[in-house]
Amino acid sequence: MKATGFPQGLFLVLGGRATELLGQLGDVALLTGRTFYYALKPPYELRPLLQQMDHIGVKSLSICGIAAVFTGLVLALQTSYGLARFGAKAYVGIVVSLSMVRELGPVLTALLVGGRVGSGITAEIGAMKVTEQIDAMRALGANYIKKLVVPRVLSTMLVLPLLTVLADVLGIMGGMIISQYEFHVESHLYMNTIWRNLRLADLLSGLGKTVVFGFLIGIVGCYNGLEVSGGTEGIGRATTATVVTSAILVLISDFFLTKFFWWLEILV
Amino acid sequence: MTARAIELCRLYKAFNGNQVLQGLDLAIEAGEILTILGGSGTGKSVLLKLIIGLLKPDAGQVLVEGEDIVPLQEEELLKVRRKVGMLFQGAALFDSLSVKENVAFPLREHTRMTEAEIRDRVAEVLALVGMSGVEEKLPSELSGGMRKRVGLARAVALTPRIVLYDEPTTGLDPRNVDKINELITDLRAKLHVTSVVVTHDIQSALRISDRVALISEGRIAETGTPAEITQAEHSAVQEFLAGHL
Ligand SMILES: Nc1ncnc2c1ncn2[C@@H]1O[C@H](COP(=O)(O)OP(=O)(O)O)[C@@H](O)[C@H]1O
Ligand SMILES: [Mg+2]
Repeated sequence: MKATGFPQGLFLVLGGRATELLGQLGDVALLTGRTFYYALKPPYELRPLLQQMDHIGVKSLSICGIAAVFTGLVLALQTSYGLARFGAKAYVGIVVSLSMVRELGPVLTALLVGGRVGSGITAEIGAMKVTEQIDAMRALGANYIKKLVVPRVLSTMLVLPLLTVLADVLGIMGGMIISQYEFHVESHLYMNTIWRNLRLADLLSGLGKTVVFGFLIGIVGCYNGLEVSGGTEGIGRATTATVVTSAILVLISDFFLTKFFWWLEILV
Repeated sequence: MTARAIELCRLYKAFNGNQVLQGLDLAIEAGEILTILGGSGTGKSVLLKLIIGLLKPDAGQVLVEGEDIVPLQEEELLKVRRKVGMLFQGAALFDSLSVKENVAFPLREHTRMTEAEIRDRVAEVLALVGMSGVEEKLPSELSGGMRKRVGLARAVALTPRIVLYDEPTTGLDPRNVDKINELITDLRAKLHVTSVVVTHDIQSALRISDRVALISEGRIAETGTPAEITQAEHSAVQEFLAGHL
């Protein structure tokens, strides 16, 4: 390319990137539409879905669990220090549980699952793409969206809330341990403030978000896998793209979803 | 009867400005073995994918048994694909499925056969390609030549009328090359299929084909029987041969 002056060059690059991004957004929207179309269209195949859920769940259980416990520990440490300044450390339970259930449980789980499961989906589908297995599937009369994309997207949407419930519980338990042994807040007091003050809406808003996060992770993972070209290096690039894109999408959508659920709670 | 099995008319196909096919014409007679020769990157795989409807041309017609398949939607293409089997270059077996499930795949998609019928049919086509008894193995446990034979069994499981072979002998040792070539002629004899082979393996092409076509610069540069091509004073295939060896 010929060298251009400073502002023009910058605009050219930005313009190019923007059109590319718009094109990709269009493709993802198309894939999303087809995925839901084939998900709703019979016959429903339960077995591949359960297999995927099992696969994803097992893969993510330990990392999500460990992350949740340590988040709970840190959260209790930090909030207890803060609350102690106001002589309010008895309320550590509700603060930890609110943060965990509404925010950290869903988002941390989504980030970890996006990194591990999302990139795994991309690698698997990408390998099928470069070895022509996707073409073979079509040539043999099967629909690859129904066979590959639907079970993966649905299973991330279903597994993420389950993992998040587990993360919430483990995080709250972690917080309880720190409160008891570091700050001498009795565990029954810790749990009491939670039972009294934590509402179902808090839990549901957190879980509601994870369904959307799960969808984003699944669809980005599948899209990047299907777009792989240029052999094995292509797969490496695509998996990295999935990790980055799904993390950013989770964080951005988290803001809007949080807004949305507050609005919904006020409305109801 | 010499009905045309496949007719390609003025086919154009480009990828991001890279013109691969530029007005390619080719007619393939029912029952013949036609080999399309060409260097790598000349669009041989693209051509096969156009015939089975995996890719759409930018312009031109693809007639399969007289029907233009270009305007067909994915769902409508299913009945065309039932008539056409394809052996992919790397066999493209599904890694996660056993040999049996790979071969059973098209049967499950296209028919309502019972488990017992599927088992029998799988055993039958595996025997046809000389691969009896590997039903429970995974593709990763097979050698390259064996994988191609299983891929072939899968491609012919529904007794197609047309079989497409994408570089069937590439990457195989001489013994396996002979075996695959034998299978291609065998299948034609047993199933009366039309066979389209794309390859850059000239020796195999001359051995098994009724006709050979050379693809170059997005078109068919020359066609002829192996005898016509080897005896001609001057031919594009001979040039290809000279440049190639
Ligand atoms: N899906 C695709 N997207 C972009 N380019 C492609 C695609 N398929 C093939 N091509 C390009 O088309 C040309 C011909 O490819 P191909 O038919 O695979 O060659 P070959 O004759 O070796 O089989 C190559 O330059 C390849 O890069
Ligand atoms: Mg090729």
